Amino acid sequence: MPDLTIDTNLARKILTDFIRTEITRAGFSRAVLGLSGGLDSALACYLAAEALQPENVLAVRMPYATSSADSLAHAQLVIDALGVRTLTIPITDMVEPLFNRYPDMENRRKGNVMARQRMIILFDQSEAFKGLVLGTSNKTEILLGYTTVHGDAACALNPLGDLYKTQLRQLAAAVGVPEPLLQKPPSADLWAGQTDEDELGFTYAAVDQLLYLLVDQRYTPQECVDSGFEAKFVHAVIERVRKNQFKRVMPPIAKLSGRTVGYDFLYLRDWGT
Amino acid sequence: MKLNVAMAQINTVLGNVEQNLEKHLDLIEQARRAGADLITFPELSLTGYALQDLTPTVACRPLPDDPVFNPLLAASQDIDIQVGFVEEDERNLFYIATAFLSGGAVRHIHHKVYLPTYGFFDEGRFFARGESVRAFDTRFGRVGMLICEDFWHASSPYMLWLDGADLFLFTSASPGRGITPTPHNTAPGRTESARWVNDIIRAYAGMFTTFVVHTNRAGFEDGINFWGGSSAFSPDGEPLVNGVEHAEALVLAELDLSQLRRTRTRLPLLRDERTSLVQREITRITRNADG
Repeated sequence: MPDLTIDTNLARKILTDFIRTEITRAGFSRAVLGLSGGLDSALACYLAAEALQPENVLAVRMPYATSSADSLAHAQLVIDALGVRTLTIPITDMVEPLFNRYPDMENRRKGNVMARQRMIILFDQSEAFKGLVLGTSNKTEILLGYTTVHGDAACALNPLGDLYKTQLRQLAAAVGVPEPLLQKPPSADLWAGQTDEDELGFTYAAVDQLLYLLVDQRYTPQECVDSGFEAKFVHAVIERVRKNQFKRVMPPIAKLSGRTVGYDFLYLRDWGT
Repeated sequence: MKLNVAMAQINTVLGNVEQNLEKHLDLIEQARRAGADLITFPELSLTGYALQDLTPTVACRPLPDDPVFNPLLAASQDIDIQVGFVEEDERNLFYIATAFLSGGAVRHIHHKVYLPTYGFFDEGRFFARGESVRAFDTRFGRVGMLICEDFWHASSPYMLWLDGADLFLFTSASPGRGITPTPHNTAPGRTESARWVNDIIRAYAGMFTTFVVHTNRAGFEDGINFWGGSSAFSPDGEPLVNGVEHAEALVLAELDLSQLRRTRTRLPLLRDERTSLVQREITRITRNADG
């Protein structure tokens, strides 16, 4: 099985440099992020506080009625440890009118509404606080499409998107994210008792190993099976990655002219900075 | 003879030649005051790296009346300068280029001959390939210049060696990638790409019994980091300096050029190199490949 150990000092250095450089070159000095009480946003908050100074980081807690009490408490541990600025903006009153209009709305749909409501709050705070929104999606989630488009996937820049969950956990431990956050099972906390691994149907430990072979090491599916993964699991994960490609790219523009944004109008975002 | 080299490991403003030129002139002045004989700048130092559709807008011609080269040529009266830029030729082909300026004149220009177009590299889409690898004479002896991917092909430094270069000036805009740990590592370590580059250029210094100076850029372009870590190696393959990684710096190194004689007396690899044999075999191999 592959070794997903990372040099946490090096990752920390590159990611804090990235946050500082990419925010300041865009003309800002501050960052905004949603602090859920989970591991990913806690790590993003630690890195942002180190990169920009705690007073330049706004951590927003956005609980829903059914959010676990632990989530708020765990987010508070991060806020207390770092001294970042903070706001608590419950989303219940904002999303309930829509839920009430569709009484048969199922959990997944509600979860997407909540994720997008949080996005609205973060981008509003981005304007109010004059800070850029930091994304907290990791490489595992992005590849599996375990994100809400225009919801938790929406951000101005993402420092964590090239770290698998198991690598992110190493970095979180190295920067001093509090122990209760490192220990608890990952959860989107969109409904009571939800955990990522139950919902996905496999563990991060297993899928990270497989994704590392498939994506980073360019193994063929058969080579993954030969390395000890069940064929059914390998093919299910490959199909999931394929089906979610739409979440990882800008929407396609129908080409009509000789020069079209995205196809042959090519500039980095850092153009001129 | 001692040669003091200043490696200007800079970040750049993407597509803004004016601002980058200003930074070059500041660093040239700093290097001159520090007693450097030569200052080297990274690949595409005047323009930034991932230019894409900015390529034609930042291109220039290294002529005395060019607004970018005019002040650089003036500055080269006091200190020799190696600078990275986009050159546009008479027929509007664009090259990733590096120029050696000395005494107010352009002494040599190298066009990048290997354009990486794979993974996230896309140079072949925007640039024309250089067609020569040649050494040239300077006041410090014979020098050869290569740009990044050029020296991932062993034939490039090999040709420079045969062409008489005793000092290789390598420049890069090398993206940092790979964060597996190095053993017993407590401080931030090196990316895998940084380890590879340093292993390769160190090997060239030792195998070709030649000085190698490598200048790599720092900073970010979108999510891509450039790892800096400029370095110089002696003809024994010993590191003379290792610049700070992941930060801008003016890295200074003193090259004792008399080391060439001592090393080559001890280890006469150059004397024993069988150029004709190589030529014969390459002729046979290419004939077979063509055949």
